[in-house]
Amino acid sequence: MSDEVVVKLNVNGRDHKVLVEPRKLLSDVLREDLHLTGTHVGCEHGACGACTVMVDGAAVRACLLFAVQVDGSKVVTVEGVTPTDGTLNPFQQAMQDCHGLQCGFCTPGFVVSMTSYLDDNPNPTDDDLKIALSGNLCRCTGYRGIINAARTAAGLPVPANAADGSDH
Amino acid sequence: MKPSSFNYHAPTRVEEATALLAEHGDGAKVLAGGQSLVPMLSLRLASFEHLVDLNKVEGLSAIERVNGHLRVGAIVRQAVAEHSADVAASVPLLSKALPHIGHFQIRNRGTVGGSIAHADPASELPAVALALDATIEAAGPGGTRKIAAADFFVSTWQTALADDEILSAVEFPVWGPGSGFAVEELTRRHGDFALAGAVVGVQVSGDTVTKATIGLFGVGPTPLRASAAEAALLSGADAAEAGKVAASHISPVDDIHASGAYRTQVTAVIVRRAIEAALKEARS
Repeated sequence: MSDEVVVKLNVNGRDHKVLVEPRKLLSDVLREDLHLTGTHVGCEHGACGACTVMVDGAAVRACLLFAVQVDGSKVVTVEGVTPTDGTLNPFQQAMQDCHGLQCGFCTPGFVVSMTSYLDDNPNPTDDDLKIALSGNLCRCTGYRGIINAARTAAGLPVPANAADGSDH
Repeated sequence: MKPSSFNYHAPTRVEEATALLAEHGDGAKVLAGGQSLVPMLSLRLASFEHLVDLNKVEGLSAIERVNGHLRVGAIVRQAVAEHSADVAASVPLLSKALPHIGHFQIRNRGTVGGSIAHADPASELPAVALALDATIEAAGPGGTRKIAAADFFVSTWQTALADDEILSAVEFPVWGPGSGFAVEELTRRHGDFALAGAVVGVQVSGDTVTKATIGLFGVGPTPLRASAAEAALLSGADAAEAGKVAASHISPVDDIHASGAYRTQVTAVIVRRAIEAALKEARS
C-alpha cells in the first residue's frame, strides 16, 4: 500500500484537510471523509455523471479525479449550489416544478452540471441544452421533465405537449 | 471498483517528469486529464506502481503560433482549446472535432495532448493530428524530438513514445485561405466513441480542389489516412465517389458495437458528407 498523503480542499466554502491514499477518488473523499453524501457514485468510471462536482469553477466527474490531484482546489458539491437563504437555485426549483426527478439518484449530478452550465452559458438554444444534458444519465424519467427544467431555468419555452412528461 | 494502489508523483518541471519515467520504466504511467486512464484504472484494466501527473508541470499549457503552426501544449484542456478563438481561426478542424469528445464535463478535464498520446483509434484528435500532418513533440531525458503524426500511431493505445518520454506539445499546420474543414461521425449516443468517423480538410482554387486530406477513425487499429480517396478528390472525383474509394480501402473488424461491414458502409456515407461540408465551407 502506498503512503497516505495530506490533501487540502475548500469544499462549499469550508476548508478541510484529509489524510488519504493517492488512489482515493475525489468522489469517495467527499462521501467518506467529508460525509458530503449528496455526491452520488453510480458507474464509477465516468459514464453516468451522478458524481459531477465543480472543481475551481468547472463541472467535472469526481470519480475521474484522484483527490490528491486537486489538492488546494475549491470544490462545490450539490450541497453548495443552494442559496444561503434556504431557497432553491433556478434549476433546482425548475426540477421540482417540472417533475425532473423520480428516484433522485441522478439528480445531484444533473443539478451541479446544469447549475455550472447555465452560469457559463446563460443564453443557450434548445439544442445546446440537450447536448449539455447528454453527459448525465437518468434511468427513471425518460428525460422529458429534466429537459423541461433546463428550458425553464434558461428562460426557453416549454412545448405545450411536453409540460408534464405525459406525452411519451 | 477502485484503482489499485500507486505512488503519486506531481513534478513541476518536464525534466523531473521524464527522470521519473526513466527511473520507473514501464511501471510508471503519465497522468494528464485522466478521463481515459482513470476509468481503466478503476475497472482494473490497467494498474501501475507509479503515476506521474503532468498537471503541475510548468510550460505545458500554452496555445501559441509558431512558424506557421499552432502549437498546443500537452495539458491544454480540451474545453480551453474548444473555446479558443486562436484555435478556431488557425486550425478549424481541431475546433470542429473537440465538441465531439465525450461531454462538456469530460472536456473540462481532458487534454488535447492526453487524447493524442492515449491513441484510442476511435477518438477524434488522433485522426485530426494524422490528417493535418501534425508534428508531435516528445520530451525525454535527453531532450526533445519531433515525431510526424504519420509515424506516431503504432497500434491501438500504442505510440512511438518511449517509456521515458512524454508528449510535450502538438504542432498543427495552419492552412491558408480557400480552405474548408468538416468532422462527421456516427455514434449510438451523443458523446460515445464513434462507430466510424471522418475528418476532412480541402483547399480550393475556383472549381479545382488543390489540397485534400481525409482522416478516418473507429475503423482500424489506428487512425487512418484515406490516401486513395484524397487522390481521387484531387483528380476531380466527387464526394460520393471519394467516399466509396475511402470505404474500399478499409477493413474494420466486427465488435459488439457494429459489424465491420456496417462500419465500411457508414464510412462511405460520412466521408461523402464531410467532403461536401468541407467543400461548401471552402467555397463560401
